[in-house]
Amino acid sequence: MSGDPISNNVVTLTVNGETQQRVAAANRTLLEVLREDLGLTGTKYGCELGECGACTVLIDGIAVLSCVTLALHAEGTEVTTVEGLAQGNVPHPLQAAFAELGAAQCGYCTPGMLMAAKALIDSESNPSRDEIRQALAGNLCRCTGYNKILDAVSLAAGKA
Amino acid sequence: MVYSVVGRRGPRVDATDQVTGRTTYAGDINLPGMLVGGMLQSSEAHARIVRIDTTAARAVPGVHAVITGVDLPIAYGIFPVSQDEHALAVDKVRYIGEPVAAVAAVDVETVERALSLIEVEYEPLDVVTNIDEALQTGIGIHNEAGGDNVHRRAALEFGDVAAGFEGAHLVREDVYFFGGNTHAALEQHAAVATAGPDGRVTLWSSTQVPHYLHRTLEKVLEMPAARIRVIAAPVGGGFGGKTDPFSHEIVSAKLALETGRPIKIVLSREQVFYAHRGRHPVLMWVKTGFEADGQITAMHFKSFLDGGAYGSYGAASLLYTGALQTTTYKIPNYKFEGVRVFTNKPPCGPKRGHGTPQPRFALECQLDEAAADLGIDPVAIRRRNLVEPFSVTVNHLRITSCGIAECLEAVVEQSGYSAKHGALPEGKGIGLALGAYMSGAGLPIYWNDMPQSEVDIKVDRGGGVTVFSMATDVGQGSTSILAMMVAEVLGLEPDDLAMVTADTDLTPVDLGSYSSRVTFMAGNAAKEAAERIRDRVVTAVADELGLARDVVVAEGGRVGAVDDETKTLLWADAVRAAISREGPLTASGAYRAPDLAGPYRGAGVGISPAYSYSAAVVEVDCDLETGEVAVTKVWLAHDVGRAINPLLVEGQIEGSVYMGLGEALFEEQAFRGALHRGPSLLDYKMPTFVEMPPVESILIETDDPEGPFGAKEVGQGPLLPVIPALANAVHDALGVRITETPITAAKVVAAQRDMARGGSGRFGPTSVPDHDFGRLTQVDPPEGFDA
Repeated sequence: MSGDPISNNVVTLTVNGETQQRVAAANRTLLEVLREDLGLTGTKYGCELGECGACTVLIDGIAVLSCVTLALHAEGTEVTTVEGLAQGNVPHPLQAAFAELGAAQCGYCTPGMLMAAKALIDSESNPSRDEIRQALAGNLCRCTGYNKILDAVSLAAGKA
Repeated sequence: MVYSVVGRRGPRVDATDQVTGRTTYAGDINLPGMLVGGMLQSSEAHARIVRIDTTAARAVPGVHAVITGVDLPIAYGIFPVSQDEHALAVDKVRYIGEPVAAVAAVDVETVERALSLIEVEYEPLDVVTNIDEALQTGIGIHNEAGGDNVHRRAALEFGDVAAGFEGAHLVREDVYFFGGNTHAALEQHAAVATAGPDGRVTLWSSTQVPHYLHRTLEKVLEMPAARIRVIAAPVGGGFGGKTDPFSHEIVSAKLALETGRPIKIVLSREQVFYAHRGRHPVLMWVKTGFEADGQITAMHFKSFLDGGAYGSYGAASLLYTGALQTTTYKIPNYKFEGVRVFTNKPPCGPKRGHGTPQPRFALECQLDEAAADLGIDPVAIRRRNLVEPFSVTVNHLRITSCGIAECLEAVVEQSGYSAKHGALPEGKGIGLALGAYMSGAGLPIYWNDMPQSEVDIKVDRGGGVTVFSMATDVGQGSTSILAMMVAEVLGLEPDDLAMVTADTDLTPVDLGSYSSRVTFMAGNAAKEAAERIRDRVVTAVADELGLARDVVVAEGGRVGAVDDETKTLLWADAVRAAISREGPLTASGAYRAPDLAGPYRGAGVGISPAYSYSAAVVEVDCDLETGEVAVTKVWLAHDVGRAINPLLVEGQIEGSVYMGLGEALFEEQAFRGALHRGPSLLDYKMPTFVEMPPVESILIETDDPEGPFGAKEVGQGPLLPVIPALANAVHDALGVRITETPITAAKVVAAQRDMARGGSGRFGPTSVPDHDFGRLTQVDPPEGFDA
C-alpha cells in the first residue's frame, strides 16, 4: 500500500544467464519483477493466485509459480524464463515441437507450459504420456484440449 | 482441384513468436509514463446509487483521476436494440461486480487504496436471481414502472405442429436444463489506451471485435471514429468472451483523455468472472412427435433464458436456442417459443456455439429416449431424419454442402458404436450425438449494406506481399488461414507474406472473430483480393514474355508458362513488370453473404452461407460408487468443407471436445443468490491434462460451393454434439438419465439412488413455467420444402 512502511531490499538474481540487481519491495512477486522491472513479458499471469500455471518459470531448474513467489525469496538463484529457452535464434526442441505440432493456439499458456515441460524432461529424459500428464496437470490450457501439447512434449523429450 | 498450400498440414505463421514469448498480448504493452487504471465494483446486486463521494480517493498521493458514471453518461450495448449498459453504473447497479467508479494512479497499490476510499451509498432493492422469480415478481431490473423482467420474447410456428403431433406414433415431452458456464480464457481481459494533445485516442485491447468496439467508443466518447484507433492485440483466448464492448476498454480510453497519460487496465481473474457474457442457463421443454420408424412429424420447443443483468447479445441468443434444430434433422412442422429474462447476475452472452449447445443437448438426449421407446437404435433414428445437402428447412434456412451422413457413419464405424451400445459392462457406456453450426452469421450486428469482410493487399517492388485484414486472431489461427489462402493464389509460401491484422487505422473492416465467420467470410475476401493481384501480374507477364494469358500461372514463386520453365519470371520480377505497366500493385477484396433471410421477424438469426456438420461418440467409464464420470475416448467427425490446414482443424476439434467435456462434466457459473460461488480458477472446475481423453478427429470434406476453396467453419460446431453424446453415454453406462448440465457425480449418485428405489433414474427439472410468449407468428414453409 502506498505510504505503508514496506521495506525495500536489493535482490540479486541470475535471469536467463545474466546477473541482475533490482530494488524490490518485500511484497513484490517474482512475476512482477520479471515482467515490470526486467521487461520479460513472456511470462504470463492468469490468476495471480497460483491456480493456472501461466506464470511458471524455473528457479535453479525447478518449476515454480512466479506469481506466488516473492522476488526476495529468489535471491541468489538462477531463474529461467521462456525468453531464455532458445539458444540465440535456435529454438529449444520443446519450442520447435510446440510450433510444429500445433501445441499453441492462443499461445497464452504456452510459456508456462514450456517451462513446466522443460523441468520435466530435464529430470526425466523419456517420460511416459501419463508422467507428462501428471507433471503438467497444474498448467491449464483452454484452447488445445492438451493432446497436441502431450504430443509435443513426447516428441521433444526424445531430442532434448 | 490440386492445391499446393491449401490442405497442407503445418504450423501457424505466428508459432515462433508464441513459443519464444515474443507475442505481445494487450497486458504485455508498457508505454512511457503509463498509469494503472482500476475499477470499483458494486457490492450490491440491485440497488439505487444514492451518492458517490470520491473526495478521499482523489486526495491520495499518486492518484491522477477518479471518474464515475456521470463522466460516461451515454448508454451502449453490442446490439442496436439493447443499448442498456453504461461503462460505470449510472443511478443504479444491477449485479454484484458491476463497475461503479474508476481510478488512474501511479501503481496498483495506489489504485487499490484509492478505490477503497470511494464511498458509495446504496439504497438496496429486491433482488431477482432466477427465471421463476424474474417471470413472477414485480421487481423490474430495467423496466421499473412495468415491473417486467422480460428482455425479449419469440413465438414462431412453421407448418402445423398440432397436425404433426396428431398423426404421430409416439409423442415425447421432456424438460432439460443447461447450466450456465463461462469462457475462462486464460488471458484476463486487458486494455491499454493513449490520448495525445492531437485529440486522437488509441486503444489496444484483448477484443475479438475491434470494429464493433470502435463504433462503441465513437458513441460513448462522443468523438469522431476517424480520431479513434482500435487495435486488437493477439487475444489470449476468446471463445466469445471478448466480443462485447467492456467497461474497462471505455474507461481506459476515458482516463487517458482525462490524464493525458497512457492507461493500462487488466481485469483481475475475479473481475473476469463478473464480466462474464458466457453461456446462458436455459430451461427447455421439448415436445416431439415420431412415426413408428423414428421419423419426426413435429417439434415444439420452448426455451427460458436467464440472461443476467443486461441485454448483450441476448436478442440473438434467444433466437439461437430455436434456430438450428432444423439444420440436422428434417422437421416438417416446427414451433419455437422462447423468452429471455433479466436477473441480478453478470450478463450472459455468446460462448462457443452461442445459444445452440443448450437446445442441442435437449434434442439429442430426447432422440436417444425416443429411440428406446420405439425399440430402434440411436443410429437408426438419426439416419431416418437426416437433412439432405442442398435443401431448405421448414424455418427457411438454406442448406448447401452437408456431410452429416458421412460424419455419422464415420464415428459409428470407427468407434465400434453399434457393437458397444447397450453391450458394455455396467459402468461403461457409449453415446452418440450430431450437430450443425453456421459458417458466419448471415447478417452484421448493425444494419448496413457494406461488406462483412474486406481485405487489402499491397505488393512491394521487391515482391513483398502485405495482407491487411481486420480479422482478429484469437488463437483459432485466422491469420495463418488467410496467409495460406493468399499464398495459394499467388504461388507463394505463407511465410513469404507480411500479415497486418486487426487495426482500425491500417486494416479494412472485418466484423470480427465471432459466429465462426472468419475463414468463410474474410477468406473469401482475401481470396478475391489475391486473385485481383494475381490477374494483374499474370497479364503483365503474358505481355512481357509474349505468352497467351491463359497459359500463364503463378506457382512456386514464379509466374509464367505453365509447361515451360524457361518462359517464367521470378515473382519479384513479375511484380515489377506489373507495376511498370499499370502503377502501384494493390487490390482489395470483399465478401458479403447473400440475402438469405426468410419472410418473418427473427429470420436474421440462424441464416448462414453454409453450415458445418459434426458427429460425436463419447465413451465413458463411471465409478459405480462415487458417480464420477471419466471419459475414456472421443471420436469426432466434422464436415469442414475443406481443411485449409488439417493441423489447425484438428486443433479446433480437440479444443471443442475439451470445452464441451468441461461444460458437460464440471463447469458451472454458479451463484449463491446473486453472489458468484467461486470466481477463481480453483473453484471453477475445468478439465486438466488428467481428465482429458484421447480424441480421434475425422475430417470430412464436402467442398462447399461458396466457401473459399470449399472451406466451412470448425471453431464452434464440434463442441455441440459432445455434451449430449456424453449424457447419452452416461445413460448407456448406468441407466440414469441426467437432464441437466453439468453432469456432476452428485447428480449421477442421486439418479442411481432414485433408480434403486424403483424410480425412473432421471435427474433434472420436471416442469417449466406456464408463460405467455406473446402473439404467435405463423410462417408458411418455404417453396420447395420437402416435408
